[in-house]
Amino acid sequence: MAAERFPIEASHIMMFARSIGDDNQIYYDEAYAKGTEPGTIIAPPTFAQASAQFDPDYFLRPKVDGKGWFGSGKNPTGAKPSGGGGGGGGGGLHAEQHFVYHRHLKPGDVLTATTKPGKTWEKESKRAGKLMFSESVTEYRDQNGELVITATGVGVRTERPVGS
Amino acid sequence: MALKASDLNVGDTYSETLVEDLKRTQIVQYAGASGDYNPLHTDEVFTTKVAGYPSVFAHGMLTMGMTGRMLTDYVGDGRLTKYGVRFTNQVWPGDTLTGTTTVESVENGIARFQVETKNQDGTTVLSGYAEARVD
Repeated sequence: MAAERFPIEASHIMMFARSIGDDNQIYYDEAYAKGTEPGTIIAPPTFAQASAQFDPDYFLRPKVDGKGWFGSGKNPTGAKPSGGGGGGGGGGLHAEQHFVYHRHLKPGDVLTATTKPGKTWEKESKRAGKLMFSESVTEYRDQNGELVITATGVGVRTERPVGS
Repeated sequence: MALKASDLNVGDTYSETLVEDLKRTQIVQYAGASGDYNPLHTDEVFTTKVAGYPSVFAHGMLTMGMTGRMLTDYVGDGRLTKYGVRFTNQVWPGDTLTGTTTVESVENGIARFQVETKNQDGTTVLSGYAEARVD
């Protein structure tokens, strides 16, 4: 996830907290948050992932004109047929995610996110055939250039869909 | 309320039900909030007919987010210093998830925890670790 400008906003935090079923009022209510240890609304621990909203090239978001989107419309997929393996569907699955918090995010922060590729490796799986793993490391820095969160994601592409 | 090191013992556990009968709409909600619109999570037609899965399934990050709620309920607001997981099995609509964390060590004001989330069949869907500042 790369974003030149990832503004942390209270309403986005509220919507994110709702979506993970978290009713902790520190994510919703400024007056309540003042009385907590952080003293302000903060973002839930996995919120940095929502930087996808601010990545202009994020490929798992339909373009504004809707063209080229691989989800269903009139047909089960809008994508042209390709030889890609199963389980790909949307560019593979999420295998691991790691966060290191230097501090927690709060409304008013404006972050940058820079991503660089990490390790790659392969494994054999009974359920899904050959698994191809690749790591990416994203550094989130705040408006003062301080590193606030380091996020390491591992994606996996599988030979076959992993269903059960 | 944050945790006190003096109240923690290695092996202590804390557990919460994260979701009962996970609804497709909650997965849609997560897609909208996070910005991850992969149709594998929201588009039953694409997922069954093109990708070959039995149904849509939850974002791993939704499970990590719900498990994170259990952690922050336990360790307190703004206390986590590390949180990492592996997604070991898929989470499907209709699943009921329980998240559990176990104290692994407490040293120099940092507690380290194991983290595990299981579905209604006892299958582990997420396993990982967390660290938090404790008083």
